[in-house]
Amino acid sequence: MHETARELGQIAVTHASYLWLIPFFPILGATINALIGWKLQKVFGKKIVHRIAITAMFAAFAVAVRAYWQLLHLDPEHRFLQDTLWNLLTAGRLTVDLSFALDPLSMMMVLVITGIGSLIHVFSIGYMADEPSYWRYFSYLNLFVFAMLLLVMGDNFAVMFFGWEGVGLASYLLISFWHADAEKAKAGMKAFVANRFGDFGFLAGLFLLFWTLGGTWMPRPQGSPNPRYGTTVELRGQAVDTRPIASAANAAQSAALAPMVDGVKVGPTMNFRELRDQVVIEATGVKEHLVGATIWGIPVLMLVGILLFVGAMGKSAQIPLYVWLPDAMAGPTPVSALIHAATMVTAGVYMVARLNFLFALSPSAMGWVALIGAVTAIFAASIGFFQYDIKKVLAYSTVSQLGFMFIGVGVGAYWAGVYHLLTHAFFKATLFLGSGSVILGCHHEQDMRKMGGLKKYMPVTRWTYLAACWAIAGFPWMNGFYSKDEILWKAFTSGHLALFGHPTPWLGPVIYLVGIVAATGTSFYMFRSYYMTFTGEYRGGAGHHDEHNEDPHSAGATAMSAASVSVHASNGAAHLDHGTHGHPAPTAAHAVTAHDDAAHAGGHGHHGGTPHESPWNMTVVLSVLALGSFATLFIGLPAAWTHHAPILEHWLEPVLTAEVPFVEKPHWMEYAFQGLGVLAGTVGWFFAMLLFKDGKSTVPAALKERFLGLWTVVYNKYYVDEAYARVVYKPATAFAGACSWFDSNVIDRVVLLVGAITRAFANLDGAIDKYIVDGVVNAVANGTAGLGRSLRTLQTGRVQTYLYGALGGALVVVLLNFLIK
Amino acid sequence: MESKGGKLVAWALAAVAVVAFVVYMATQVVGPAARGMPRPVAGALTLPDVLFYVIAGFTVVGAAGVTLSRNILYSAFGLLTALLGAGALYVMLSADFVAVAQLLVYIGGVLVLILFAVMLTSRISDIKVSNTSFGLFGGVLLFVAAAPVLLSVALLTPWRVVPPAALAPTAEVIGDALLSRWLLPFEVASLVLLSTLIGAVLIARKEIKAEEA
Amino acid sequence: MQISLSHFLAVGALLFAFGIVTVATRRNAVGVLMGVELILNGANVNFVAFNRYVGSAGTQTFDAIGGQVFSLFVIVLAAAEAAVGLAIVLAIFQTFKSIDVRSADLMRE
Repeated sequence: MHETARELGQIAVTHASYLWLIPFFPILGATINALIGWKLQKVFGKKIVHRIAITAMFAAFAVAVRAYWQLLHLDPEHRFLQDTLWNLLTAGRLTVDLSFALDPLSMMMVLVITGIGSLIHVFSIGYMADEPSYWRYFSYLNLFVFAMLLLVMGDNFAVMFFGWEGVGLASYLLISFWHADAEKAKAGMKAFVANRFGDFGFLAGLFLLFWTLGGTWMPRPQGSPNPRYGTTVELRGQAVDTRPIASAANAAQSAALAPMVDGVKVGPTMNFRELRDQVVIEATGVKEHLVGATIWGIPVLMLVGILLFVGAMGKSAQIPLYVWLPDAMAGPTPVSALIHAATMVTAGVYMVARLNFLFALSPSAMGWVALIGAVTAIFAASIGFFQYDIKKVLAYSTVSQLGFMFIGVGVGAYWAGVYHLLTHAFFKATLFLGSGSVILGCHHEQDMRKMGGLKKYMPVTRWTYLAACWAIAGFPWMNGFYSKDEILWKAFTSGHLALFGHPTPWLGPVIYLVGIVAATGTSFYMFRSYYMTFTGEYRGGAGHHDEHNEDPHSAGATAMSAASVSVHASNGAAHLDHGTHGHPAPTAAHAVTAHDDAAHAGGHGHHGGTPHESPWNMTVVLSVLALGSFATLFIGLPAAWTHHAPILEHWLEPVLTAEVPFVEKPHWMEYAFQGLGVLAGTVGWFFAMLLFKDGKSTVPAALKERFLGLWTVVYNKYYVDEAYARVVYKPATAFAGACSWFDSNVIDRVVLLVGAITRAFANLDGAIDKYIVDGVVNAVANGTAGLGRSLRTLQTGRVQTYLYGALGGALVVVLLNFLIK
Repeated sequence: MESKGGKLVAWALAAVAVVAFVVYMATQVVGPAARGMPRPVAGALTLPDVLFYVIAGFTVVGAAGVTLSRNILYSAFGLLTALLGAGALYVMLSADFVAVAQLLVYIGGVLVLILFAVMLTSRISDIKVSNTSFGLFGGVLLFVAAAPVLLSVALLTPWRVVPPAALAPTAEVIGDALLSRWLLPFEVASLVLLSTLIGAVLIARKEIKAEEA
Repeated sequence: MQISLSHFLAVGALLFAFGIVTVATRRNAVGVLMGVELILNGANVNFVAFNRYVGSAGTQTFDAIGGQVFSLFVIVLAAAEAAVGLAIVLAIFQTFKSIDVRSADLMRE
């Protein structure tokens, strides 16, 4: 990409004091709905709730567009907006501010988050119309957007990590939104715990990086068992002390303390820009220091890259931490679209792209990222083949597509990975919202075997779904083709990857091979889901519930449809405004959403009715997203066609400065590989059409019978969850049991013994207190009381007695007067 | 001091102390002082002397009646006698205004008040009780201890006296003095009287009211 | 024998002694008040006597009658004391149905 080494300078910062408004509006909306949403909903109806949320979203989007406008009018090298709100932490030379930054990469992310996020909010109006906890849903949704904006806009690791955890929280809240259902609550917990594993890796990588920037392990001193940690970093043969030698009270003092090399702040930092500057600018020597640093013989950079990628694995659902994503489908479908397709799961990709200058320094880390991505892509795609739950298919497809993104950022085609992130956000949001529309139209049915023939009932949904299928399968008239083929082409031409420090030039082509197979599979299962859902005869109807028993792992699907009724019923009881009718009268619900198909208005509340098209606000959103899936292809037209760099690559160039060497291949080869990509999609489509169109073919059933064992294994997702249960969960609970036994049998006894000894001492002490100390005190008190009792008789209450006393005193005085002379 | 015996012991001790005190005073203090005193010149009893002794006797007998009388009414009459005698002594001391004040205030006011109180508080059945004094022995002791000391001081002290001026009316001088030098005490005394008036009414009346209620 | 200061003082002393014995021995509250009057009279006699034989040695105009003025104030206070005291006696009588000073010993305990 960058054939000649460019001399890179420091990032020029443009201050934009309005950036804080972008995350502010969503958090404002979330706060309002969280605090008084229930009351508003009760008093003014549901309209006010979603109006607040959607207004907040559109306001954020508007500010983002304003920021985009400003960014566009700056030089490419100066495209960096920053807004520092206040100082969070100052320690020695380290300062951490609450500050937001927008560069081309985060700008793109912000536009996607606020733009697609707004559309999904609009879609939710129709999808969640029957939900009693409407306000809670929109509050969570806004909270999620806020956290996601923090994640991408954070100027430093601290703010990013806040957002990183925030989206985890919001995701947890939204997955277990129908928390009355234990399955869904568990799914939320699973997502949270899996993300914690990833976060651990992320934090460890972060600390390792931080620490490496601050110093190195020295050889072990004579006679000491431990290696010594030196706080001096040798940069360009010059020792730079990075210790915080003095304390700083504020950010300015701290900045003054920072060690500088050639005007660039070096040493430990949380700030992306400072990190990037000191690594990228050759003159500081930090790059050599980082490349040369090792810990226990392992290159630190590789370890940092892999650990950070573990964080990305958790967030972006890569092997082996992908297991939470399919279960996350328990949440409302728009949530799946927003969180688990368009935004949150791309956080890992975003993070790798953001730290491209670090990853590019370690071919081994890149190799790992690409390899894991490729394995995830093919693995998840194969599971997607046989799923019956439409949302599960999409979930595994998401995992697979994320794998593609990691192939992209792994092989060094950062812009391609990010581009795939963008295109995926559009077409996967379309697919998810389309599936949401289908599920709503089929009365909360998610099993594709109960669907079929929906194209005549739901034309808009059908066409948008088909368009998204084309996009994900990689046909040149939709955006998915361009991003996926750029990734695969870059994977094929990458010859610099390594594993464990050993160069592996063969890894690129192998990844390409895996990727093209995964793409074929993607095309197959996506069109399978399309044909099963929209063609043939409608198979839904009364009494379909008893067939669920054959499917041991679609409990979530059954629970989804069954529980939504029960949850509605229980919530309905809690919310008096909702009336006593568990599933509210469909006419009332649709009056809110202005249903456009009055003929089906009566069917919504009853299972087994005719499917119907969704309300206009949902179909409009679907159409807009499908159009977006088409329109975004223009920003990624390959250089081979247009003879200049794609628009998006050019846009992202100031951020993605990493120099990755790709093997030069002739242009015909690139065309040929694009043809191969289209061929792969076509093959998948062809077989899907052959086997599943109109639901007539008996081949799938025959094949299932023939390879029942294999089918079962794949259908049950290779028993990964069960393996986790055995490998992780069982030992963990066993260990916990052992700890419990140890606690109750050893520690408790010790504690009881200590308690008994203490009590004996206490008794002794009590006796001393009672008989000696109290005895003395009581004796004094009794003596005083007795004296007082006897003295009291002097006080007769008679004036005369006192007179005698007074006169006796006078007598004595007179006597003394004469005696003492 | 709770038992009868303890009380007796205490009284005995007091009696011994008083007797020892009186004996000591008589032998050690009064005796030497009396020896140093010039012997009073024995002369003829003039009319004023006779008058003084009569009045003094009158007064002291009245006072003794107050103390010793068994009937509270007789005590009141004894008080009347003593007060009248004191007034007469004031006249002899050239204090005509004080003497008149004594007559008006004491005999016209206080004594009448006391008689009223006697009438109001005495019941037939109380006659006996109202009379009995208790601690007669103590009273005697007290008198024995107090009277000799005071008398010896009064009689044996060599007072630096000046020749008394001629008898003259004092009302005018006292009036001047009260409204000039002793104006503040005079005003304070009037305030005291006022508050006494209110207080006395309040105290007496309140209880009556409480009883009525 | 020439009547001198000492004679008057002796009368005063006796008045005082009888008064104090009365106060000490009377059960009747009115009797106690009578004793107080006696004491005050004894003091008054002393005041006037000293005024006559000692006080007039002063140089100021009013020095000659200082004792008499004092005795006047004493009379005033005695009158006040008698009024308040007798009111209290009445109150006691109404409360305890008795004017025995031994009955008014509520503060003893």
